[in-house]
Amino acid sequence: MRIINYANAICEAHRQLLKSDPRVFIIGQGLWSPWYAGSSLKDLDKQFGKNRVIDTPVCENAVTAAAIGAAISGMRPIVFHPRMDFMLLAMDPIINQAANWSYMFAGKSNAPVVIRSVINRGGEQGAQHSQALQALLAHIPGLKVVMPATPYDAKGLLIAAVRDGNPVMYIDDRWLYEIEGAVPEEMYSVEIGKAAIRKKGKDVTIVAISYMAKLALEAGKALAKNGIDAEVIDLRSVKPWDADMVCSSVKKTGRLVVAEAAWKTCGVSADIAAVVSREAFDRLDAPVERVTLPETPAPASKALEAGYYPSATDIVKAAEKTISRRKNGLQSALR
Amino acid sequence: MPKTKKAVSTGMSAAGQLGLYRTMLRIRLFENCLAGLVEHGEVKTPCHLYVGQEAIAAGVCAALKKSDCVWGNHRSHGHFLAKGGKMRPLMAEIFGKKSGCCGGRGGSMHVICREEGVAGTVPIVAATIPLAVGNALANKLKNTKDVAVAFFGDGATEEGHFQESVNLAALYKLPAVFVCENNMYASHLGVLERRVENNLHEFGNVYRMNSVRTDGNDVLGVYETTLEAVARARKGKGPSFLEFMTYRWYGHVGHRRDMDVGVKRKAELEDWFRKDPVLLAKNALEKSGVSVSKLDGIEEQVKAEVADALAFARKEPYPETREVSEHVYAGRVK
Repeated sequence: MRIINYANAICEAHRQLLKSDPRVFIIGQGLWSPWYAGSSLKDLDKQFGKNRVIDTPVCENAVTAAAIGAAISGMRPIVFHPRMDFMLLAMDPIINQAANWSYMFAGKSNAPVVIRSVINRGGEQGAQHSQALQALLAHIPGLKVVMPATPYDAKGLLIAAVRDGNPVMYIDDRWLYEIEGAVPEEMYSVEIGKAAIRKKGKDVTIVAISYMAKLALEAGKALAKNGIDAEVIDLRSVKPWDADMVCSSVKKTGRLVVAEAAWKTCGVSADIAAVVSREAFDRLDAPVERVTLPETPAPASKALEAGYYPSATDIVKAAEKTISRRKNGLQSALR
Repeated sequence: MPKTKKAVSTGMSAAGQLGLYRTMLRIRLFENCLAGLVEHGEVKTPCHLYVGQEAIAAGVCAALKKSDCVWGNHRSHGHFLAKGGKMRPLMAEIFGKKSGCCGGRGGSMHVICREEGVAGTVPIVAATIPLAVGNALANKLKNTKDVAVAFFGDGATEEGHFQESVNLAALYKLPAVFVCENNMYASHLGVLERRVENNLHEFGNVYRMNSVRTDGNDVLGVYETTLEAVARARKGKGPSFLEFMTYRWYGHVGHRRDMDVGVKRKAELEDWFRKDPVLLAKNALEKSGVSVSKLDGIEEQVKAEVADALAFARKEPYPETREVSEHVYAGRVK
């Protein structure tokens, strides 16, 4: 199969959506500049015109809301926020309006909008150019949240999001843009809410989100050298997340590490730990370990950044911690 | 400077003018009935009553086609009824009944009637203004020639939503009409407690929009002003900002006329009772030769409609409690 990178896979999904569905348009800041979107929206304005690829004034709130209004009115807009931090200015339209719309009106109206935002961290950008706020969005009934980690999913989940009929938050990480992978040339969907097993294993389950899925696979290889057979799951969708796949994996391995480059408190990792502790309680041989950011805003200096973002080594250590833990006698007896 | 026009003559037919009167009366009598229900505790959902402002909903909506959408706010029973919504599903919704326009999920502040072009109403102040802009953008992209109308109060112009929205609409020359109902209060604060001057219409000038301030209690004036704005929008000449000066007779929320949310406004109210938009329209019709018995007949019909809606809402069943989690997500869509 053809190999392309993550950013180009996103771009191809946009191109095919614009070409195949006249209801689709893209709106947001930085669409006509290569600086903000990398190659993920390259030349779309030239191919489809500035009426359908709309670079806007500096107003995240009204632009996001206008896209939602257009979606309610029969269009299929994709909003672009080059940095997720700035999307916070649009929380009223996202949370109060789009998320509630179907429910408030008993399904008589819906908001089929895709709101794409980028985690654009690192590079000494500091606290307001670096945040990963998926947990905040996943908390809200009515929203769906996807975080693809591979070029294949980047394309397939964007197409699925546009076709979904609900407000879907599509979050990508700039650190993934150069990653290459096999991507079919035709249009296809990746089902929202389904995780993917990236490496089969029997000793410990590692559930990873977005860029952490890449690191988890590296960690899985390192663990294998030490004789630990890790199962690596790329969550892909954060809301809804694939509890069936995660729980059945944990029931097999008895151990779980959740890796998410976001904060621990009320994070997606916390929800996964809570659900697994209920659904696989009898099968857990160790407490759930979480690999996350420290509970601080993002720093600027590279000396501080070095202590901020979790690495594959952190995942390895967490996995080893679950393995080294002495089995709980009672739970082993229940097996 | 904005045009401050006074409608002196209108091309509207006698039947059309009677229609405006009927619409205003439907709002007035529906809401007076509702105020009683609120006072006696039969209705619990917070009701922000529109009485006193009826000429704006009636005049604006009369200038629209069914396919033009209106977007409302917390005070939108009038918009719903004027755009063609029926009393039964509105009253049932306010009662929280299954046959309400939102199946009991919306209450007074969230109402919808898509088939008549009521796109939705929400209480977050100014929140539907950019949604209406999106509706206008969709109309432009689809080339439908339909117009999107946002109804909002004077307080909404203080929100960032509003400023961002009018800029977008003006920049893209969108078929939108911004209808500002300046009733001089945002909840308990008067307009001059919130800004240095009561000059909202000047916003339109900054964005180079057609901008009009006019009497919001003169239904024919509202109609004519809107007709012109709608015609401009359909022709691709961009959005308009229409500021209609008016006054709400009830308090911010609920049935009280005076001393609502701590505001004493008895003297002001007495002044505005003399500018009653419904009575002004009725007097004008009488003067133009419409018989008293004809006008009384309309009133009887509207009273019967309100009574019917009330009886309907009272007897309809509530939604099943187990339905609470339905409609969080849309079903399969194309």
